[in-house]
Amino acid sequence: MKTELIQDAELVTNYINGNESALSVLIERHKQKIYSFIYSKVYDRDVTEDVFQDTFIKVIKTLKRGKYNEEGKFLPWVMRIAHNLVIDHFRKNKRMPKFHNTGEFSIFSVLSDSTLNAEKVLIKDQVETDVRRIIEELPEDQKQVLLMRMYQDMSFKEISERTGVSINTALGRMRYALINMRKVIEQNNIVLTN
Amino acid sequence: MAKIYSNASPKQHNLNPKDETIGFLLNYSKALSVINYNKLKFEALLN
Repeated sequence: MKTELIQDAELVTNYINGNESALSVLIERHKQKIYSFIYSKVYDRDVTEDVFQDTFIKVIKTLKRGKYNEEGKFLPWVMRIAHNLVIDHFRKNKRMPKFHNTGEFSIFSVLSDSTLNAEKVLIKDQVETDVRRIIEELPEDQKQVLLMRMYQDMSFKEISERTGVSINTALGRMRYALINMRKVIEQNNIVLTN
Repeated sequence: MAKIYSNASPKQHNLNPKDETIGFLLNYSKALSVINYNKLKFEALLN
């Protein structure tokens, strides 16, 4: 074990001094351990390949810049770089989740055109008109609270201040407004779906 | 006894990177040179 560590340190020194083949030996010696370590974290061959490559790019840059100062601890150092890059990978993925296309699963079931077609636009207009008509049927105090809450996006605190009633009264009016609207919808068999 | 529905993940031994990846790294290393200039270090990638 100790012999190998010394050899690693020697190889690193040789590489820093310009012996390119020393890097080849180092990679050959440790590739399986490093690659398996990355794979055990990411479970994806392509990602493993990328992280492995990035790890050694970092190793090469650091060695060539003469910034390596952990003589005798080459493998743990490389493992730490790999570990940090795996964490970076997961952080990146969190921001940008990836969908895997595994034959049965099609990416087009996830990606869809969210814009409405002509028919849906007509239905949406119709539904909105119906809702407006039902609101018009509500008693004035309930209508006022509902319009402020749903169309003007006001909080119940703001509504209570504007209408001069308590928050509880405003909440109660909203509740009765919704109950009354549901009643009207049921009684008249109005279908409000898009 | 409760059934265990999850499969044990297959243990993969001898996982190795592709030859192309190793080749790329060795070529990258050969092409990269760091130039020292007044305490500054510049990286140059020669093809």
